[in-house]
Amino acid sequence: MRSIITTSFAAVVAAAIASGAIAQDDALSGELRITSDMSNPAPRAVIEGMVADFGAMHPDLDIELTIVDREAWKTQIRNALGANPPDVVNWYAANRMRPYVDAGLFADISDLWEEEQFAALESTKGALTLDDKQWGVPYTYYQWGVYYRADIFEELGLSEPTTWEEELANCQAIIDSGRKCYTIGTKFLWTAGGWFDYINSRTHGYDFHMQLARGEIPWTDDRVRETFANWRQLIDMGAFIDDHQTYSWQEALPFMLNGEATSYLMGNFAVAAMRDGGLTNDQLDFYQFPKINPDVAYAEDAPTDTFHMASGAQNPDAAREFLRYVTSADVQTRINAGDALGQLPINANASVDDDKFLQQGFEMLSNNATGGIMQFFDRDFEAEMASVGMEGLQEFMVFPDNLDDILMRLEETRQRIYQ
Amino acid sequence: MLRPAVRSQIKGIPMATAPIVPDRHPPVQRGWYKRNEIRLTPWLFLAPAMLFFAVYVIVPIGQSVWISFHEWDGLGEATWVGTANYDRLLGLGDQNMDRKFETSFWNNIRWLILYLLAIPMGLFIALFLNQTVTGIRVYKSLFFFPFVISQVVVGLVFSWFYLPREGLLNAILGLVGAGPINILGDPDMATYGIIAAGLWPQTAYCMILYLTGLNSVDPEQVEAARLDGAKGWRMLWYVVLPQLKPATFIAFVVTIIGALRSFDLISIMTNGGPFGSTRVLSFFMFEESLSEFGFRMGYGAAIAVVLFIIMLFFIAYFLWSMWRDEKEGR
Repeated sequence: MRSIITTSFAAVVAAAIASGAIAQDDALSGELRITSDMSNPAPRAVIEGMVADFGAMHPDLDIELTIVDREAWKTQIRNALGANPPDVVNWYAANRMRPYVDAGLFADISDLWEEEQFAALESTKGALTLDDKQWGVPYTYYQWGVYYRADIFEELGLSEPTTWEEELANCQAIIDSGRKCYTIGTKFLWTAGGWFDYINSRTHGYDFHMQLARGEIPWTDDRVRETFANWRQLIDMGAFIDDHQTYSWQEALPFMLNGEATSYLMGNFAVAAMRDGGLTNDQLDFYQFPKINPDVAYAEDAPTDTFHMASGAQNPDAAREFLRYVTSADVQTRINAGDALGQLPINANASVDDDKFLQQGFEMLSNNATGGIMQFFDRDFEAEMASVGMEGLQEFMVFPDNLDDILMRLEETRQRIYQ
Repeated sequence: MLRPAVRSQIKGIPMATAPIVPDRHPPVQRGWYKRNEIRLTPWLFLAPAMLFFAVYVIVPIGQSVWISFHEWDGLGEATWVGTANYDRLLGLGDQNMDRKFETSFWNNIRWLILYLLAIPMGLFIALFLNQTVTGIRVYKSLFFFPFVISQVVVGLVFSWFYLPREGLLNAILGLVGAGPINILGDPDMATYGIIAAGLWPQTAYCMILYLTGLNSVDPEQVEAARLDGAKGWRMLWYVVLPQLKPATFIAFVVTIIGALRSFDLISIMTNGGPFGSTRVLSFFMFEESLSEFGFRMGYGAAIAVVLFIIMLFFIAYFLWSMWRDEKEGR
């Protein structure tokens, strides 16, 4: 912790000299209150380091940092923003912002996005735009994809699949060797959302997927059924581990660590847990989710985590300055480094850590995601649609025969929500 | 002490002559409070409780009912929608009943019925432990233990017990050759699995109620019954149980309330799943209005009102039987 702060100090001095945008003439003063959900050990060190840095740059500013448990924050943010809100809060991009934007709790910061520095964040501007205005700034994102046991693939003589046929053939070989192709834990539902995002966008493309997310396409549409039919091929093969509805994503990890299952469709945050579980870089590798419809461009899930200014902020100047600070190239490089968050920076001028998964992910998202970037099922879909939807997806994975009933239910919900 | 009126009458007797000695005890006009003390004091003692009960119970009930007629995300403005929330929930008019509500309602009924098993089980253990053997206190506290630990811990312990591969339950079933089952992953069994977990601490609670009740069973009556040749079941049914009636009543009350507020176990063990099959009304309400994706305060409030009406039946029954007992007691 101490070393992070001291190295950060040096970096800050350099950054302050280098970029005029950060070293502004009028000194900030008063109190800046930040509430963060970066509560896991590594993210906590990052936010504490950032606050220490920012405080050193603005000595007259009194920064009060509150760190809330990440899961708890998902329900607490409402109360926190309601009365006497902090100046800056953490949240997520895309539709997850909707309730707070509609209620006028997030401040419109479109003017910040007009500034020169923000041109480097162009790639995620869409995800932070609602009603043609911008409501927050991104600080990190991470790729999704298939993490697999390279040693088992080698043992079975398999290579990374790029098409659906190869995928199915690989999976058959894995099942024949007495293993499962995929581990997954759907107790908290969202993991199934990742599978749907990928199979749906690979079958019909990004635009179709987003239309579905916006409620413009009925769930009973034949194209949606096609998506589920593709998914069902894997389910019927027995590709997924049994009893996944009982496990959380962490509880599903041992299957992969013991070699009972070979792959995991997950976000890059799972790598740390897999390494902690004893997998070495030689055993663990990554490939992009294979193509299903060859005419469809790759679209990727890459959820973005964000900072927002509350509309009731007491110190908007300091809050804006902090948002500029977290989006600057140097800060993004530093906080996303392998020894910090271990994720990808948004700022195009920031550099990516040379971790092999971060490099592969960055390469994939920069050059091979021409279809578009999805934020993830529960962030792209409206909140109620997402919760009903993910429950249906879980049920489908356990009882694929219930599909008609599930789709009817989802359609009923869609019609009510997007009437 | 005489009342002032009486006193002046007494004094009035020698009224003919002027008093020689000045009256050193003039009639004191007592204050309003003093005069009404007997009637007021109980209300004064009740006032704090009534105030808090009104502010924290009565007013919120009214607010819930009020919110249930609105559509509100808990953040912005609420819009009046009349009975639309109830229409959707209960399937009034041309709509279908909300399936989540249906599942939750029937699960609540299951909870209510099966949770009552805690009463006979608690009675049984209490009878079994109601003897003087060395170290009986240790056994009693061991049986009481599950009630002391938090429901969250009970939930965790049972979900490990039920784990499909590593769980103790499947290890035991494996010994007798029965196949592995995933209780919490099976929509038909999960609710029963959670109720079983809930019965563990609830039985302990009922046991402790009966143990205290058994202390007050009149030994002379038992002796007399024994002389009349009663024993075993007949002794229990006709002599002991009637004397345990107060304990049974309390056990019934706490069990019913416990069944209706079952929330923590569900949240810990299955999070309402698989596919929502273990929801009960209280969990459903939480999910709709307060959870990660819940922004439907009006709908949640409507569920709360329905749950309140169900509870009202029991509350009315409890109040009525308490009132009846009080009347008999006089």
